[in-house]
Amino acid sequence: MKLLVPVKRVVDYNVKVRVRADGSGVETSGVKMSMNPFDEIAVEEAVRLKEKGVASEIVAVSMGVAACAETLRTALAMGADRGILVETEVELQPLAVAKLLRAIVEKESPRMVILGKQAIDDDMNATGQMLAALLGWPQGTFASKLVIEGDQALVTREVDGGLETVSLTLPAIVTTDLRLNEPRYASLPNIMKARKKPIDILKPADLGVDPSPRLAVLNVAEPPRRQAGKKVASVAELVDKLKNEAKVI
Amino acid sequence: MDFSLTPAQAEIRAAIERLSARFDDEYWLARDRDGQFPEAFHRAIAEGGFLGIAMPEAHGGAGLGITEAALMMERIAASGAGMSGASAVHINIFGLHPVVLFGTAEQQARMLPPLIRGAEKACFAVTEPDIGLNTTALKTQALRDGEDYVIKGQKIWISTAQVADRMLLLARTTPLDRVHRKTEGLSLFYTALDRRFVEVRRIEKMGRHAVDSNMLFIDGLRVPAADRIGAEGAGFRAILHGMNPERILIAAEAVGLGRAALRRAAAYANERVVFGRKIGQNQGIQHPLARHWAELEAAFLMVLKAASLYDRGEECGAEANAAKFLAGEAGFRACETAVMTHGGMGYAQEYHVERYLRESLIPRIAPVSRELVLSFIAEKILGLPKSY
Repeated sequence: MKLLVPVKRVVDYNVKVRVRADGSGVETSGVKMSMNPFDEIAVEEAVRLKEKGVASEIVAVSMGVAACAETLRTALAMGADRGILVETEVELQPLAVAKLLRAIVEKESPRMVILGKQAIDDDMNATGQMLAALLGWPQGTFASKLVIEGDQALVTREVDGGLETVSLTLPAIVTTDLRLNEPRYASLPNIMKARKKPIDILKPADLGVDPSPRLAVLNVAEPPRRQAGKKVASVAELVDKLKNEAKVI
Repeated sequence: MDFSLTPAQAEIRAAIERLSARFDDEYWLARDRDGQFPEAFHRAIAEGGFLGIAMPEAHGGAGLGITEAALMMERIAASGAGMSGASAVHINIFGLHPVVLFGTAEQQARMLPPLIRGAEKACFAVTEPDIGLNTTALKTQALRDGEDYVIKGQKIWISTAQVADRMLLLARTTPLDRVHRKTEGLSLFYTALDRRFVEVRRIEKMGRHAVDSNMLFIDGLRVPAADRIGAEGAGFRAILHGMNPERILIAAEAVGLGRAALRRAAAYANERVVFGRKIGQNQGIQHPLARHWAELEAAFLMVLKAASLYDRGEECGAEANAAKFLAGEAGFRACETAVMTHGGMGYAQEYHVERYLRESLIPRIAPVSRELVLSFIAEKILGLPKSY
């Protein structure tokens, strides 16, 4: 079974994000970039399926500027077999990504697409769902456990009330939650081997997709700074402040 | 002239950064306190395949150069692991280079893979108590007895000998009075550290408590001739090949340690408020930190220049020595300033910079003193008379 795993290049999770002075977005020049952590979990899950003999090939795909090739190399070092880079300078929004992915799915015919549930930069949590809708495939989102039985994927999902398990008929879309697995660290020999694995480079036009943004970002601002706390002398004073100052009770 | 890393180098750097991040400052503080070898860290580095970074691919290594090894060691030290983390793996990175260059195919196949896998640890037994850097005057003897050599002598400042399984040992096989040149008559061995014949006595020291330094008392250790690396009497030449890589790597480690100190100092200066303002707003705090940043950057450029010369097979003695000198000094000054930036808290272990400062003395002193580096450069580069 062939698996497709999309991976996004995002600002590293350890970096303190700074908003650009003109409010057009966050600063990315000179900032350390890494693979979206939820996508790492997706790659790890795919590699484990391959190690179990369930999957036969893992294709990693990334989209955006040329440097996304390095994100693909990380996926290849973790165990993906080959990469596809859809190269564009256009800022990609979830619908454009989903449409590009649909075109790749039609070309590659994977049995399953495993995606991160969301990217830590824009927190959209949309691409997997959009892709499922475009393809008309079943989806299991926020997976904390994934079991393949024949042509069924059993996806355990973390929902408010506890754990819900859904059964999907393949081909299907799965999006990963934090507790699905703990991604491995790429070993040095695998990093070196990954540099010899193939990466195909495509343009959105090759896939017949117009990736232009549909949403306009009006402004990006930092959240207001946290105000200093206040000490109160008594419960009565606390209740008074909650009622009359904070107006929360 | 391109100063940027190749994509592969950048990726290795990022990977080792991530791996090192699993071992935080609290881990290293705990190891410094309990003096236990950082086994978990060593295992993680070995499992990641990084011990073999500069070893041949045929034996399970990555076949990369000292440049990549230097980038790796800098990142390990900079993670907060400092010299404790660096020294835990240091000797395994380049120490067996003589085996790569002068070992037989049988020796390479026998000796290199267990080291690269982390199944065996090695130590480097060259320095002796009474001779300092006058290596050719070393007194440890290896006397031929049938198919074996019998070793007797003392070694000092042998790192990791408490945990090492094997040692790279330099000993005299022909007495000084029977050789034409004093560099002749020394032989190199890579052999089991058999504790029945080698007493390993720990030296209590100022810092880097996690990685032991020792006196070795060797008495009647039998070493098979099959463990001799290269021809009998040609050991000095073999060991010389490891000297420049060692200087380059320890320089990279000093830069990493200095960078760890600067990172902590800058973070503290950005938080600590006195007289209603962050202390980092004062130029008296800013300028020393900025100066050390510049010094560390410059030293690292020299490290990479020396490494790149070495990897291209070119002469790099002056550059490797200069890198060691510059990085040792810059790393020390960065650590000292980091302590002073923290004020009283800099003296408290929980702020970690005092540990860095204690460790920063190591690359200033070892593996060669500042004074001998300068004497070497004065003689070889400036053409001045030899002074020692």
